Amino acid sequence: MSPDMLFNLLLKALGQTLQMVAVAGLIGALIGLPIGVFLATSGKGELFPAPVTNRIIGAIVNAARSTPFIILVVAIIPFTRLVTGTSIGTYAAIVPLTVATIPFVARLAEAAIREVDKGLIEAARAMGATPLQIVFKVLLAEAKPGLTLALTLTLVSLVGYSAMVGAVGGGGLGDLGIRYGYQRFMPDVMLAVVVVLIVLVQAIQSLGDALARRFDKRNRKT
Amino acid sequence: MSTNVQILSEAQNGAVSIPPNQSLTSPASMVVFEAVTKRFGGADDKNQFTALDGIDLSVVRGAITGIIGRSGAGKSTLIRLVNGLEKATSGRVVVDGVEVGGLSEGGLRDLRRQVGMIFQHFNLLSSRTAFENVALPLEIAGLDKKAIRDKVAPLIDLVGLGDKSDRYPAELSGGQKQRIGIARALATSPKLLLSDEATSALDPETTQSILALLKRINAELGLTVLLITHEMEVVKTIASDVAVIDRGKIVEAGRTFDVFTGAKHETTRSLLSAALGTTLPEWIRSNLKQQPSAGDRVLVRLIFFGATAFQPLTARLVTELGADVNILAGTIEEIAGEPYGSLVVAYPADPAVTERAERFYAATGLSTEVLGYVA
Repeated sequence: MSPDMLFNLLLKALGQTLQMVAVAGLIGALIGLPIGVFLATSGKGELFPAPVTNRIIGAIVNAARSTPFIILVVAIIPFTRLVTGTSIGTYAAIVPLTVATIPFVARLAEAAIREVDKGLIEAARAMGATPLQIVFKVLLAEAKPGLTLALTLTLVSLVGYSAMVGAVGGGGLGDLGIRYGYQRFMPDVMLAVVVVLIVLVQAIQSLGDALARRFDKRNRKT
Repeated sequence: MSTNVQILSEAQNGAVSIPPNQSLTSPASMVVFEAVTKRFGGADDKNQFTALDGIDLSVVRGAITGIIGRSGAGKSTLIRLVNGLEKATSGRVVVDGVEVGGLSEGGLRDLRRQVGMIFQHFNLLSSRTAFENVALPLEIAGLDKKAIRDKVAPLIDLVGLGDKSDRYPAELSGGQKQRIGIARALATSPKLLLSDEATSALDPETTQSILALLKRINAELGLTVLLITHEMEVVKTIASDVAVIDRGKIVEAGRTFDVFTGAKHETTRSLLSAALGTTLPEWIRSNLKQQPSAGDRVLVRLIFFGATAFQPLTARLVTELGADVNILAGTIEEIAGEPYGSLVVAYPADPAVTERAERFYAATGLSTEVLGYVA
């Protein structure tokens, strides 16, 4: 394959991967984060006590997370068709990616929020804060470094998941690697795909780490 | 024990209840606890735990009141009843004429904006600068940016950290963090300040400076302070009133000086002996006998306070007894601004000598306690 052709293939696949990761990441975070906040604050004796709902949502999240992604992709094909009108292609692939991202983000966000010192919640209550004020002014603000790292991990995982949606014609880098590199015996394509993936994941991780460090004021030196 | 100390409360069955001497809406009391009981766990729960058992106590308006007890005595629960962080199982807690238990969530939030609180571990938000931490209660109360700025800057100056406004808590020392905690607690101009072991995580020197700050705020702003601590040192330094809590009950309460100098309850005494250095040295304790035999010396603790603290009584004692007196242990302290001395002396247990001593004590009003006899 000529370098030109390879470059064009890579560029197109990278575009598809970025599109899938970005859209699924964004929607997944927008839905997953509130669920994470709910999971972290609705236990017995917490800010919004609703232990039963907490357990039900927790069980759904666990179920979604224990379903292998490739099975999830085919299992929700009717839902995907309902949302996008089709079950193949990049857009269609975004649906299962998003569905898989929501519980992932929810659990990571819950963990990050639970890391916040309980003393801060008590202090805010003693100031006369409402539960919502505590969520926004204390929990989310204090968990920001942890949440940033959680979203970084989510995006990195999404890059991996997106490689599997070739199964439904989702395209992307993983699909390129399988179809050209593996099925057509073109190791140069495979190598190029792997290199681009490594660079992509490195870039996401470095950016996330840098942001988290900037948000984290806990280890400042005097 | 023979003592001339006035006791405000009488110990009976190990527990004392102090009836609030003012009516519930009295202008003299900022906080009144009335038969307050707090249990954790349900009635059918075999792990049920009674944290507070029939607490009656009133907190004098404008004063600094200390509640002292060992860990697990119930003091944290007690202070959290005042701003409704915990709810009483039975009884009433009245703050400035308002019964806390009867408040709605909204009413409780209004009350909390009038009651500041500081904590052992400061509880500052790590993501906010000193300035932003002090601003938090004002943001919560819904003030606009300008009003917040006008309020926060003078408070940070008041606690002496004007140059540290833009620092994050991680860049501040423990004492500085607590100063910011105090500024934050004062932001909404509360009438009552609750202090939850505010100096327990600080070194002795920093503790003194924080206590001095609290004392100054109490004097300058006329703010009522209710503090809980396990350190007698804290109570001794700043509290004008004190209540001693043990296993969920108030065992002694009153003016700090009176309670300290006339401590009746075992808990008070043991907390005190550490703080006042009134514990006898080990070599004396191990040789102490309860009954004298011929040639023994009697060990007497002399307690000086009030008028007796200013007279040269030790020198006169030697002259009066006509026997040699040796000093075995002693300490001079200041409690709630008044001098207090404790001196352990030994002299011959000869009836002639001890009789002269008794007469001398009666004449001078010296408070004494016979500790035992040594060979």
